[in-house]
Amino acid sequence: MAVAARSIHQTRRIKLQVFRYVVFALAAIFFLVPLGAMIEFSTRANNGSRTLEYWQSIPKYPDLTDAIFASLQLALITSIAMLVLLVPTMVWVRLKLPRLSRIVEFICLLPLTIPAIVLVVGLFPMYLWLNTNLSDSILTLAFAYVVLVLPYCYRAIDAGLGAIDVKTLSEAARSLGANWFDVIWRVIVPNISNAILNATLLSVALVLGEYTIANNLLYNNLQVELVHLGRDNAGVSVAVAVASLLFAFVLLVAIAFIGGRPRRVRPEAVTTVGIGPTAGSPR
Amino acid sequence: MMERSGVEVRLENLVRRYGTVTALDGLSLTLAPGELVALLGPSGCGKTTALRLLAGLEEADEGRIVIGGEDVTGLPANRRNIGMVFQAYSLFPHMVAWENVAFGLQMRRVNAAERKKRALDMLELVGLGRFANRYANQMSGGQQQRVALARALAIQPQVLLLDEPLSALDAKVRSRLRDEIRRVQLEVGTTTLFVTHDQEEALAIADRVGVMQAGKLEQLGPPTLVYSRPATPFVADFVGLTNRMSGTVRAGAVEVRGTSIPLVHPDVPDGPAIALIRPEAVTLASDGEMEEGPLVGTVIAVAFLGAVSRVTVDLGDTTVLAQLPTSAASQHPAGTKVRLALRTDPVLIQREEAVPAAS
Amino acid sequence: MPFLAYVGFFLVLPSVIIGIGAFLNADNAFTLDNFRNLSRSYVFKATIDTTVISAITALLGASLGAILAYAIVTGSPNGLLRRLTVSASGVLAQFGGVTLAFAFIASIGSAGFVYLFAKAHGFDYYAHGIWLFDIPGLDLVYLYFQIPLMVLVFLPALDGIKPQWREAAESLGGNTWHYWRHVAGPLLFPAFLGAVLLLFANAFSAYATANALINQGQPVLAQQIAGAMSSEVGAFEPGFAKAIAIEMIIIVTLVTILYSLLQRRTARWL
Ligand SMILES: Nc1ncnc2c1ncn2[C@@H]1O[C@H](COP(=O)(O)OP(=O)(O)OP(=O)(O)O)[C@@H](O)[C@H]1O
Ligand SMILES: [Mg+2]
Repeated sequence: MAVAARSIHQTRRIKLQVFRYVVFALAAIFFLVPLGAMIEFSTRANNGSRTLEYWQSIPKYPDLTDAIFASLQLALITSIAMLVLLVPTMVWVRLKLPRLSRIVEFICLLPLTIPAIVLVVGLFPMYLWLNTNLSDSILTLAFAYVVLVLPYCYRAIDAGLGAIDVKTLSEAARSLGANWFDVIWRVIVPNISNAILNATLLSVALVLGEYTIANNLLYNNLQVELVHLGRDNAGVSVAVAVASLLFAFVLLVAIAFIGGRPRRVRPEAVTTVGIGPTAGSPR
Repeated sequence: MMERSGVEVRLENLVRRYGTVTALDGLSLTLAPGELVALLGPSGCGKTTALRLLAGLEEADEGRIVIGGEDVTGLPANRRNIGMVFQAYSLFPHMVAWENVAFGLQMRRVNAAERKKRALDMLELVGLGRFANRYANQMSGGQQQRVALARALAIQPQVLLLDEPLSALDAKVRSRLRDEIRRVQLEVGTTTLFVTHDQEEALAIADRVGVMQAGKLEQLGPPTLVYSRPATPFVADFVGLTNRMSGTVRAGAVEVRGTSIPLVHPDVPDGPAIALIRPEAVTLASDGEMEEGPLVGTVIAVAFLGAVSRVTVDLGDTTVLAQLPTSAASQHPAGTKVRLALRTDPVLIQREEAVPAAS
Repeated sequence: MPFLAYVGFFLVLPSVIIGIGAFLNADNAFTLDNFRNLSRSYVFKATIDTTVISAITALLGASLGAILAYAIVTGSPNGLLRRLTVSASGVLAQFGGVTLAFAFIASIGSAGFVYLFAKAHGFDYYAHGIWLFDIPGLDLVYLYFQIPLMVLVFLPALDGIKPQWREAAESLGGNTWHYWRHVAGPLLFPAFLGAVLLLFANAFSAYATANALINQGQPVLAQQIAGAMSSEVGAFEPGFAKAIAIEMIIIVTLVTILYSLLQRRTARWL
């Protein structure tokens, strides 16, 4: 009879494993085949043999390297600006103005429901003015990008702050003589470092993949340039696209593994890369 | 309200291994119909495992489980008709209290009106009639556990299993709810297995207490017996505080500091041994005169526990704990000299070099 | 607070510009023509198409993503597989545009190796026309970022499901179906619903991918806006672009209201 009991549980476990591997296999096919096709294409010579020519010729396109450089700079500026804007605000609201927390949340999640193209429509006249009166540098795009990454970063940082006791930590620091800058920079930030890392990464991934705003405000960022280049030399264009995907993936994997080390923050902070109005779990 | 006597539950030689860890190592235990047995033991000794095996949530590697004369070893959990109360957080958060209680009845296709009526009855039984429409997050931990109890009992289970149901609660709620569980259990008469690592809880609530160690049952017996006549040194140590005093065995008794105390198991060879003596068996000598003697020492600490106090006395080469009435203890503050006496209730001994004499 | 100033400048001000500009004609005079123009047949069709595409890919993406997320959750919580899939989801959820379109063209397009392979084995999935460059193709391609987004959003909800609930359900006599039907299903439904909303908004605002895959006919609203804004196509109508923008916001708002109504009915316990 003990054999029978074993078989019930074992059957269930085997069923679950079969289900999981079937799902993973199907997902792998769906997601890897198009990626594989890109890699294949970017290494295929005209006569059908393998070549790294496209990859090697990336530096030979000054427009492209400019665009890559611009996008990387944008990613950096956007991330920093986002953090400087968001972290102190969210800490402050948690500590002093809890009444405002719903409003801040609403504002931060708003860009999710405002399509980027709609934002462009409103920003267009502003950028016209900006270009003629201040600067027409592509880096001004960072202003718009900060708005775009707001919801994702808000979620990540909110999860991080939720996992620590902001109030007690800051009161302890205050009583030891820290000013508000010290509180945020030396006490809060180190404790939500994982959440900040997550937020930064999401921003980087988003900025590197952004096309709508740049294209319609007539700037050449990475994605826009990829489209242009795709018309002349598709091979190089695809090679760069693969490279930028791999770059973002490696960054995220690195973070996932750093996040897996023993850490000060409780696990919620890391698992909740999640976004959206629902990322919370049923409680 | 539910006239029905419990059934007999038999665990026979259960073995359960997790990889290299043997969580259960041949556990045998029989519960008489309607009885409440408390399983007691240190963390990791296999209490939860035993319970989950009985519930059918895990499979046994060896052994049988017989409930009411029927071998259920091969039955899945949902066909065993066993009520279970978990440590915490087991209420379904999207259902109000009465819906939680009615869930098991719904699984048994009881019609909706009957279901609700019986759920409300059960809530009444655990004293939560007014809370029928609350969600889990609107109730205190103690209330949640009472709902969980009502839910487990609503299906009129053959066996009720409780896995440290009180451990997430504070001390006061704990003892109240403990008595509540006992009252309800007596009322419905379900055979019950109650797991805890709190010995006071086990002794207070159970018909019989089973003490487990390393996947085996060390002793099973009524609380008074387990406490006063521990079968093994492990039980003596684990259940209640114990003084370990060296002495000499001679003719079925052990001589400790001039006092001869009978042995629980007298058939042992003579020689040196450690006697396991309860703090309650250490008293103040009635004559109390301050001369030299093997049981004269200095009080070094007094812990006030209410009606009784626990006094630590330094006897020079060792210290002993004595449990005294607070009125007596208060006359001997730390630093004063006292003369102790040992009661001659039978004790267990332990031999340092060999296997314990008992067992 | 600098935050409010910033948001006021780059989020509220653009909204105001849209709100006002939609009522202005080329000479900055008040007009309702921009809204009347919304009834042009191609705008109407784009509205329907965009909404349908968004709804389909949101529902499909949420369902498939939920299944994938469940497969991930049932593994080890700190396992390699989970970390890799979560990281990959983070990247792919932001993937789109011309390279995504190209990835599909290169694999399942009429010259792609998948198509050639399938055709050689007697399965010609383009027998009734090349749907990849039409709305069905768009649906398929959108799933490529919708599913990963769902995985990211839904994992925390799945992590919140306690094993005790399943064991309690079992010991009360429920089988696997009962557990899903009465416990896990209702518990996860609000989170699922919220995710569907997010995915809908995500697909609704997608522009780059549609633009890259389909360059004839501008089937999605975002393309219509871009068209009305740029002079390339010939019709430079900034007021009209703003009117379409308002239409898009209204649709998303309606869906959000629908969501919160459903949410309130299903999640009183939250
Ligand atoms: N799923 C599992 N996988 C591996 N080992 C397990 C598992 N469950 C229990 N064990 C091991 O089995 C042994 C007994 O565990 P069990 O949970 O029964 O202890 P317990 O007596 O209930 O302890 P506690 O009082 O801490 O709850 C422990 O050593 C534990 O580590
Ligand atoms: Mg346990």
